Amino acid sequence: MSASQPCRLASNSGVGSQIDRDKPLQFTFNGQTYQGFAGDTLASALLANGVDVVNRSFKYSRPRGVVAAGAEEPNAIVQLGASEAAQVPNVRATQQSLYDGLTARSTNGWPDAQRDMMGLVGKLGGPFMPVGFYYKTFKAPASMWLTYEKYIRKAAGLGRAPTESDPDIYDHINRHCEVLVIGSGPAGLMSALVAAGSGVRVILCDEQPTFGGSLLDSGETIDGMAASEWARNAVERLAAMDNVTLLPRTTANGYFDHNFVTLHERCTEHLGDTAPRVDGRRQPRSRLHRVRARHVVLASGAHERPLVYAGNDMPGNLVAGALSTYIRRYAVRPGRRLVLSTTNDHAYRAALDWHEAGGEVIAIADARANPDGELVDRAKAAGIRIMAGSAVIEATGDRKGHRVNGARIGAIDIEGFRVSGEVETLSCDTVATSGGYSPVVHLAAHTGVRPVWRDDILGFVPGQTTSKVDGFSVVGAAAGLYPTGALLEDAVAQVVRALESDGIDVESGKVPDIDTLREGAAVALYQIPHDRPTMRAPKQFVDLQNDVTAAAIELATREGFESIEHVKRYTAMGFGTDQGKLGNINGMAIAARCLGQTIPQTGTTVFRPNYTPVNFGAIVGRHCQALFDPERYTAMHHWHVEHGAMFEDVGQWKRPWYYPQKRRDSANGEFESMHEAVVRECRAVREKVGVLDASTLGKIDIQGPDAREFLGRIYTNGWEKLAVGKARYGLMCKDDGMVMDDGVTTCLADNHFLMTTTTGGAVAILEWLEIWHQTEWPELEVYFTSVTDHWATMTLTGPEARNLLAELTDIDLDRDSFKFMEWREGAVAGVPARVYRISFTGELSFEVNVQANYAMQVWEALFAHGEKYGLTPYGTETMHVLRAEKGFIIVGQDTDGSMTPEDLGMHWCVGYNKPYPWIGKRALTRSDTRREDRKQLVGLKPLDAGVVLEEGAQIVLDPRQAIPMRMVGHVTSSYYSPTLEHGFALAVVKGGHKRLGEKVYLPMPDGVTHVAEVVSSIFYDPKGQRQNI
Amino acid sequence: MFHIYCPYCAEYREEEEFHPKGQAHIARPADPTASSDDAWGDYLFFRDNPRGVHHELWVHAVGCRKFFNITRDTRSYAILETYRMGEQPGVTAESVTLAERDSERKTSDTATMQGVPS
Amino acid sequence: MPRFAYFDPHPARAVTTQSPLHQFAATASGGESSVVLRENAFLDHLILRGESEVLIASVQAVLGLALPTEPQRLVMGEAGSLQWLSPDEWLLIVAAGEGFRLQRELREALGSAHFSIVDVSGGQTLLELDGACAVDVLMKSTAYDVDPRAFPVGRGVTSVFAKATAVIRRVDEQRWELVIRRSFADYCLRWLLDAGEEYGIDYRPAELGATISRAAVVDTETMS
Repeated sequence: MSASQPCRLASNSGVGSQIDRDKPLQFTFNGQTYQGFAGDTLASALLANGVDVVNRSFKYSRPRGVVAAGAEEPNAIVQLGASEAAQVPNVRATQQSLYDGLTARSTNGWPDAQRDMMGLVGKLGGPFMPVGFYYKTFKAPASMWLTYEKYIRKAAGLGRAPTESDPDIYDHINRHCEVLVIGSGPAGLMSALVAAGSGVRVILCDEQPTFGGSLLDSGETIDGMAASEWARNAVERLAAMDNVTLLPRTTANGYFDHNFVTLHERCTEHLGDTAPRVDGRRQPRSRLHRVRARHVVLASGAHERPLVYAGNDMPGNLVAGALSTYIRRYAVRPGRRLVLSTTNDHAYRAALDWHEAGGEVIAIADARANPDGELVDRAKAAGIRIMAGSAVIEATGDRKGHRVNGARIGAIDIEGFRVSGEVETLSCDTVATSGGYSPVVHLAAHTGVRPVWRDDILGFVPGQTTSKVDGFSVVGAAAGLYPTGALLEDAVAQVVRALESDGIDVESGKVPDIDTLREGAAVALYQIPHDRPTMRAPKQFVDLQNDVTAAAIELATREGFESIEHVKRYTAMGFGTDQGKLGNINGMAIAARCLGQTIPQTGTTVFRPNYTPVNFGAIVGRHCQALFDPERYTAMHHWHVEHGAMFEDVGQWKRPWYYPQKRRDSANGEFESMHEAVVRECRAVREKVGVLDASTLGKIDIQGPDAREFLGRIYTNGWEKLAVGKARYGLMCKDDGMVMDDGVTTCLADNHFLMTTTTGGAVAILEWLEIWHQTEWPELEVYFTSVTDHWATMTLTGPEARNLLAELTDIDLDRDSFKFMEWREGAVAGVPARVYRISFTGELSFEVNVQANYAMQVWEALFAHGEKYGLTPYGTETMHVLRAEKGFIIVGQDTDGSMTPEDLGMHWCVGYNKPYPWIGKRALTRSDTRREDRKQLVGLKPLDAGVVLEEGAQIVLDPRQAIPMRMVGHVTSSYYSPTLEHGFALAVVKGGHKRLGEKVYLPMPDGVTHVAEVVSSIFYDPKGQRQNI
Repeated sequence: MFHIYCPYCAEYREEEEFHPKGQAHIARPADPTASSDDAWGDYLFFRDNPRGVHHELWVHAVGCRKFFNITRDTRSYAILETYRMGEQPGVTAESVTLAERDSERKTSDTATMQGVPS
Repeated sequence: MPRFAYFDPHPARAVTTQSPLHQFAATASGGESSVVLRENAFLDHLILRGESEVLIASVQAVLGLALPTEPQRLVMGEAGSLQWLSPDEWLLIVAAGEGFRLQRELREALGSAHFSIVDVSGGQTLLELDGACAVDVLMKSTAYDVDPRAFPVGRGVTSVFAKATAVIRRVDEQRWELVIRRSFADYCLRWLLDAGEEYGIDYRPAELGATISRAAVVDTETMS
């Protein structure tokens, strides 16, 4: 529609360093099409097109315009993206580079910010929505909050997440450097130059697309060059050094322990809704740099503080410095007639820039009685009216409040907080204010360093503490040092000192020449008094994004909120996406005034990461979808996939859960249910032969003369007599006497053992062995090495196991020469193997272990020979049923860290008479572990054979007692047994070992109560004959 | 994210390579059967939680797999030293208190801010 | 009684042999690739443990390699490569089929001293990485400082790699090696291909049909 860009200055104006007028770009805002230039931000382009209303406010739905030019912008918050998948909420228009086709909408306002319907609600509700409105109005009844919330959220709204998945990719990268410089203004550039000159690795980052910071807006001369040219020269020198990494469009968002800093680089967000491909390859949209720096130099600058006055939220109210930025960088003068209200000399630059850019400066209201400084003189020389001792007490606007149309200026008495003289109304369309500067202390605060108030600069600076961070310097405006000459000198000195403390030679070189301006002292002013009391004056906004007013803070203090942290929560000041970058100090000053305190007495709130919002993609990086978490595969994994296995996650391992087959009776090829598959697999093992991929079990090679002694100390049972060629089941406790792991350990040679652990326990058990060896028993000569991944393990189990294996091996499998709990070595299918005769199913079993690269040779051979024996692959579910039928526990399922070996009925596995006080032994004689009513492991047999109890179901002795019933235990494992043809369970029951034969009850949430008999936990083949055939 | 000097690898490594294992210098009673239930309970469960200097046991889990000790200031998270198993700390709560008292005398009073989690 | 069990894992005749990454086919980035990734599978990997004073002479005699006693040191020679893993732990990587013979010779040379030698060949594989952007791909994957200015040739470290772990080694000016665990290999390779997409990455699988049969020593008796 409007391509004329009415507020864009002519190309011969000599300003607009960031834009390329030869590259016009189309963009759409709230459905209207506009034109801007390459190099524009969305905010500068909107201002160039004369768009005043960019948003509606959060609570009152008041029209809002752009107020600032950087990260501190509270109003121009937009929803970005032309398509659903590309939606990005809460983008600051001041930091979003323009690209062709950019589509954005106001975050608040329906149907749009210009014609807002919610405004009606806001205007009606406004007077009735005091501070704490939500807490006061919606707090009761609590059950109604869910109802209220729906409407409040809709009315409030701060952007929305896309409902389609993001087509872009995101990246993380780790970096290391000796010096990280955050911010590329004069202090940052100078620091980087000095550090880089020493040859150490330097990273320089800045949130802007162009390095230079305030130098880009400055009218100063450095080393005889325009400041922006000096900056360009410095950047060119840095770019030519291979020890320097330059990261523009990169925000330092978090400063963590020991100089670990996260930088958020917007790699392609300035190029389009989705990242363009390069040679068909995807490029990341944004990248999180995880930087470990020896020294961090914080050169984050300062944010200009607006003044608080009535009507200060209307479009046309801006912070003074933003005018210089828009004029000098983007050739945009967002108005014609300016009134400036200031407390300091510095803001005069904005009026002078406005004047030079052809705008009319109606007046400068200076709160100081006698403004005096070179910039003041220049303004006077330019014929600008200066009203000393005054301030803009109110901005007035058009009927809809869409644009400022005047300023009421009054003489004020700062000490008395009152309007002390005549109030004059001047016609204007822009009011700019400056209450001084707030150093950007956020990152320093992340380290725990508390900000300290300095009266001389009227701002908080990063403080020092007794335990201050090593390798951290603050330079330039971030340290409250503003004159360019002085801050360059200080930056050089600090970087030289930092590097020299590490013994690095560095040449400070010559500090650039710069003329220092004579400046008058600033005056402390935050809220400007109005001719009516704050509570009755038109709204004076402190936090524009959250609609927090000076009156709200005053009310909060009257209601008894004295801690600034409480005031913050009660009023929601600083809660928005801008985190109070513009408003917080003013809010603290107002609270201090109301409480009759100083600002240091009132204190500041604490800043935490992130400095600006970071999109989830950047946080996640490539740790998503197929790379979300490692999937660990065994050597037979692809066979399992090809044979239709369903998988169970055990830790990070993918284990076959069961192998559903096509139903024989089904014409259309339906697959078995899990129940059907498990019944079939269980029967195959009990009647013929099955094979399980058991490779995931943890395996630890143990060597050394004291290996046997070590095992005796770490396991509950004895190992001194285990002969070479034999294996033994072992139980491990923590020193509190509770079972932590179990497994079979074999004696390979006198000084050489192989321990197996549970799948989930592998890593922890290796660390467990090491901690005892390294911290308690370093004198024991023994080494532990993980061999979990080296061996592939196949468990062949069932009555036909021997017959099948005999076809493939040269090992003598005779039951009398290769006995239960022994191992042999030989070839299986031509591959050297260790075969263990151990059983977790109760059937005759051989566990074949081969080097994993040869696993498929053996696995395929088993199936090539197995058909005639009915060989069936089975998964973890069948394994669970079969072991539970035998009463074999699974640590972590039937135990929960509170079960002793005795609770589990495993006294047979406790070496009460072992000489060394092994881990867990002492605990077994504590009064608590001797209690007779401890929960003990038993079997449960439901009276109704068809019932499969729910795992976790609570057990009671009397089902007729009143709720809450007295619970005496719970079900730990429960399955249907195809062999026994009824449901069965393992459970822990108080005093359970003495309750065999008793009935217990399991009341379920649906009202049904199951009845079960307490039985032995061994349901099948209690004499263990089947594994001995 | 701590940056931890492993005394065995002899260089700084990222925290993600390490596991913390609790308070350091907790010795298992030589004769557990002779220790009372109370003493045994102390050994198993009771640990210090000082504000200030603390000695901790860590393991370089993804690295050399060696256990070692860290002396850490729980206020600032500054690591004051790391040392091998079997060695004694060079920095203690007493030595740090003395050093702080000295440096406080030199630092002029500046108003510091109250800090409540936001 | 025998002190240690010997076990030669390699079959006497050629059999089906699968590397942990056998299912990955070669990929080409299409354009100019600036990272090339190769699996160097089926090498013999041994973990040596012991005090350095115990091992140093025998290692020199049997392998012709100077046991690296400085942390993070990797030495390479005709026999293979030997890397410091911890003050009492080293990773020895030798040609396919050589591991068993060398293990036997080392054990004989070390005699009755306290040490441990463990074959882990089936449990890990070796990836080679080179190209102009190899370091960038590594920087995306590990927080260890792999900047060539800080990571000289002949350094090797164990560190976190994506959400798994890896041994990272710089074997010459251009080439890097990753030793990754078998069960994590699929994840690690998918990670590397994804991380390298931006730069263009080519993957070259291990030679198919590479089989290792048993070296001269065939008996598997245990020895005291």
